[in-house]
Amino acid sequence: MNNSVAVTPEIVAEHGLSPSEYQRVLEIMGRTPNITELGIFSVMWSEHCSYKSSKKWLKTLPTKAPWVICGPGENAGVVDLGDGQAAIFKMESHNHPSFIEPYQGAATGVGGILRDVFTMGARPVANLNALRFGAADHPKTRHLVAGVVAGVGGYGNCVGVPTVGGEVQFHPSYNGNILVNAMTIGLADTDKIFYSEASGVGNPVVYVGSKTGRDGIHGATMASAEFSEDSEEKRPTVQVGDPFTEKLLIEACLELMATDAIVAIQDMGAAGLTSSSFEMASKGGLGVELDLDKVPVRETGMTAYEIMLSESQERMLMVLQPGKEGVAKAVFDKWELDFAVIGVLTDTGRMVLKKDGAVVADLPIDPLAQAAPEYDRPWVPGTKQPLLAANDVPAKAWPEALKALVGGPDGCSRRWVWEQYDHMVMGDTVQRPGGDAAVIRIHGSKKGLAATSDVNPRYVAADAVEGGKQAVAEAWRNLTAVGATPLAITDNMNFGNPERPEIMGQFVEACQGMSEACIALDFPVVSGNVSLYNETNGQGILPTPTIGGVGLLPEVEKSVGIAFTAPGEALVLIGGPGTHLGQSLYLYALFGRSEGAPPPVDLAAERRNGDFVRGLIRDGRVSACHDLSDGGLLVAAAEMAMASGIGAALAVEGADLHARLFGEDQGRYLLAVADAAAVLAAAEAAGVPAQRLGETGGDALAVNGEAVALADLKAAHEAWFPAYMA
Amino acid sequence: MKAAVIVFPGSNCDRDAATALAHVTGRAPVMVWHREADLPEVDLIVVPGGFSYGDYLRSGAMAAHSPIMAAVKARAEKGVRVLGICNGFQVLTEAGMLPGVLMRNRKLKFICRDVLLKVETSNSDFTAGYNAGQVIRIPVAHHDGNYFAEAAVLDRLEDEDRVAFRYCDAEGHATAEANPNGSQRNIAGILSEKRNVLGMMPHPERLADPLLGGTDGVPMFRALLKALG
Repeated sequence: MNNSVAVTPEIVAEHGLSPSEYQRVLEIMGRTPNITELGIFSVMWSEHCSYKSSKKWLKTLPTKAPWVICGPGENAGVVDLGDGQAAIFKMESHNHPSFIEPYQGAATGVGGILRDVFTMGARPVANLNALRFGAADHPKTRHLVAGVVAGVGGYGNCVGVPTVGGEVQFHPSYNGNILVNAMTIGLADTDKIFYSEASGVGNPVVYVGSKTGRDGIHGATMASAEFSEDSEEKRPTVQVGDPFTEKLLIEACLELMATDAIVAIQDMGAAGLTSSSFEMASKGGLGVELDLDKVPVRETGMTAYEIMLSESQERMLMVLQPGKEGVAKAVFDKWELDFAVIGVLTDTGRMVLKKDGAVVADLPIDPLAQAAPEYDRPWVPGTKQPLLAANDVPAKAWPEALKALVGGPDGCSRRWVWEQYDHMVMGDTVQRPGGDAAVIRIHGSKKGLAATSDVNPRYVAADAVEGGKQAVAEAWRNLTAVGATPLAITDNMNFGNPERPEIMGQFVEACQGMSEACIALDFPVVSGNVSLYNETNGQGILPTPTIGGVGLLPEVEKSVGIAFTAPGEALVLIGGPGTHLGQSLYLYALFGRSEGAPPPVDLAAERRNGDFVRGLIRDGRVSACHDLSDGGLLVAAAEMAMASGIGAALAVEGADLHARLFGEDQGRYLLAVADAAAVLAAAEAAGVPAQRLGETGGDALAVNGEAVALADLKAAHEAWFPAYMA
Repeated sequence: MKAAVIVFPGSNCDRDAATALAHVTGRAPVMVWHREADLPEVDLIVVPGGFSYGDYLRSGAMAAHSPIMAAVKARAEKGVRVLGICNGFQVLTEAGMLPGVLMRNRKLKFICRDVLLKVETSNSDFTAGYNAGQVIRIPVAHHDGNYFAEAAVLDRLEDEDRVAFRYCDAEGHATAEANPNGSQRNIAGILSEKRNVLGMMPHPERLADPLLGGTDGVPMFRALLKALG
């Protein structure tokens, strides 16, 4: 499209701008915008870039703590690790592209989140991903699983950043709209963190990385609309990833960042050159002038509109100190990447774009940013489901139930997935995938980072307040279970169409629950991403606020895993007995029922129990630890036994044995300890419920004298995924 | 022992190799950029893992033509020890320094996991720290590790005791089930005629620290240190 294209009401509608939004465009411009200018308004005001539906509620989330260096609003969040180091991390969705083209959609999702992190000066050290697919028996699911997993691996493996953890879930609500949420954690020195705020009128604006092509034009707009039958036609809007170039870009940027040449830097993600240049100038209160003839392009004849809206991958925009162009160019020449001075910062407060010697766009930066729509969308509270009594849930013989849970799509081993990810490269992976949280050593130190990703969308659907609370609490618990101090979270809010009050209600209530948990657990939000309109033909996904949590281990060698380490150790349950089967995996996987209230989260108990467990781990009194989540006590015990090849015998008393074994009551852990008496005494002193349930040993899992061979359980656990994908 | 690690665009196990070398031998290697035409005086050259040039052509095919590879070849001919790990093995076969080729894994998927290896020979500076027949645990992480060579080449490798490692089960049997990628005769690593060049798909540098879950890679670096001083 070139600027001779007339801006008609149809063209405006195609750009996703409502009539009232277009009215505002006219007021700001004082004239009819040309097509390039309209395109810029369109992407800057898209849901994806402007957070117009969610901003009001995101502002309510707690974002501060003494260890938070930078909260939401930058490319990623930054937390202090001590010793002059910081962890920089964020999670971001790439849902719509991954449904249309699973390999490239997922691959570029990984690439995008990596750039968000190294843009800030951090070397990426770990990737995680939370994947949600439709029902296992839906005809598209296998194809999507294969493509997404290959794409995540294809990109991360080549770039050489280990993929250490994540989640995979199946549910029919994702049949037409899968979720691919990718998270990257990086390490930086606290005095070498880079931000996107431009400064210095006259400073050169520099483009580095890959050339610009016609791919991905309007990706941000696509991400801001519902899906329909014709979504396949949107395949050309999906970008193509080049992880090799990304690897070079990481090395080149980090090499240049070690000098003092860079004033500000921003990756070109959604809305490409438009949002990167716009945001840098906007944050600095400056103007910017770009000569689009200088932008390295992949093909001839590209218009200003195409160059500004391309979402070609592996590109960065920088503002350099004057006179440092030569230093910077030498670094990018070494890594064989494009480098071009394409513009300059100005004091006009306007974005001026030139092409072929003529001005092709001229718009005011501040008014456009200030006038970005922000909606207080109508919302209604969700209908809360009542508590479901344990005796309203049928009891099944536990051996059959357990085998079905650990051998079914929801509870089986994810080995098929994570063995396709290089989870050891960089040589610091202390705890590999399959446990509560991944643990990596902070390179060259004795310290470690723990990372996890969590949410139970069925809980959120049943009660968004409790579900939001639970997602944060579970991330905190998973970090605690390896011995880490939870530091902060990144939230990836995946919801349906916010223009529907019941969907907006889910969003509002989830934020409310998350806030409560963040405050009670000192676990603030430092970065995040919102993905709305996850609907196909009016059918919304389960509300899915994915929580990525990061924690710190002062001594990484003291972390513990889920695998038993020796026979003859005592099994101690921290927290009360299992009672709650509403929305449990037991009820859902065995009986196909999603009923009842989710288990309530007592945040004070959560904190007390977790702090107690962490203390035990740090004191070296725990040899294995697992938090109790999906499938409750017995699934946790089975996972600990299967991970080690060492069995266990449990004595579990009380009525409603199925609730005792499979209830998903919150704030609980199962520990293997050498000295049970001392642990029980310490628990009593700390006011923490604790109970000795049995002992490790043998080659079976036994409950009250009845046993299941570990080999049988393990065979069921490992069989499902490979058989499904074969 | 002085060591060098070659860095290609897209190498990503160069730092891991350097860390393991420094950890076991107490001396950090020199990192050599692929565009260099010459190498410093070293006793050991490591061609590390990764995705040189993205492996967009055949794995290792582009890197084999990097300027530094002529120097690596010349040094190898003079007897300097060369260790190619994963992508490094692919580069060495593409450069003609080792026979055969690494094809796409049999199941067409990337595989990252610990595998068991049978040490086939202790007669080399790389493997002298192991006993022949010993079973060790070392991770693989590759998409193209399916070793192929003509039967005559394989026969010759075996006759000349140049198969260094084979994928095996816990008892040391080279079974089909223990073969992760479809390699001919379960071959995981081979030596050059003069036994001074080793190419292997598994990553010994990844299990050279107990914190990372094992130390079966350590004897290789210790043996090199012992041989090369």
